[in-house]
Amino acid sequence: MNIFLLYLQVFVVGGTFCLIGQILINTTKLTSARILVIFLLLGVVLEAARLYQPIKEFGQAGATVPIIGFGANLARGAIKGALERGFIGAMTGGVQSAAAGLAGVIAIGFAVAVFSKARTKK
Amino acid sequence: MENKEYLKTVRKEMPKSKHALTMVRAFLTGGLICVIGQAIFDTLKYFMPLVVEEMIHQYTITILILITGILTGIGVYDKIGKFGGAGSIISITGFANSVVAPAIEHKREGYILGLCANMFTIAGPVIVLGIAASVIVGILAMIFPGLFLR
Repeated sequence: MNIFLLYLQVFVVGGTFCLIGQILINTTKLTSARILVIFLLLGVVLEAARLYQPIKEFGQAGATVPIIGFGANLARGAIKGALERGFIGAMTGGVQSAAAGLAGVIAIGFAVAVFSKARTKK
Repeated sequence: MENKEYLKTVRKEMPKSKHALTMVRAFLTGGLICVIGQAIFDTLKYFMPLVVEEMIHQYTITILILITGILTGIGVYDKIGKFGGAGSIISITGFANSVVAPAIEHKREGYILGLCANMFTIAGPVIVLGIAASVIVGILAMIFPGLFLR
């Protein structure tokens, strides 16, 4: 595939998610925690309804880097786990497939916070 | 009278144009972050052609989190956030920033009750609801496997 076209698709898909988020912020004054939660749950629902896979195939990183992709990843892992290993798979599958993001955020976040100095906000 | 009318129009017009600008900025910032993610993914895939895509994807996410962590630590991500609005919030980098920023801010209150306890002021709800929702979906998939077979 034409690499320029692929990157354009990534850009447009990722940008569109953020555009929707910005519209939500502008029109409803939602805080960033709520925006994150909405997009995450939207990802879970879309993946469960099998609607996220086509978006992912089209948008690649544009669909996996936004938090909505994190939600889709959680749901995909849970479904895969449930189908392969039953109840325990349903419980652990989601966290398993999202483990890279979770552990990364916690470990890297801790390390960075330990080594940086608090700045006074201007 | 005229003055009042003028002020009315100003109030009506001002936020709108500001909205348009923030939307463009969010689109550009979010798109660019995803393009960087894709570039990291493609580079890793080029150097590790035998590794499964799922794992390269996880490497990509981890690298993005690492970059965000460092940018937050040196105070650059704050500026990206001011420019990009939702573009810097919605991606996994925004999630990472939401963990690192309060951790640094509350560091002076101590490591346990300051840094560690405040890491999840924003990310906490995201993790709780995300995992809870994934378990619900998983249990639904266990009860109605036919609906979820791909």
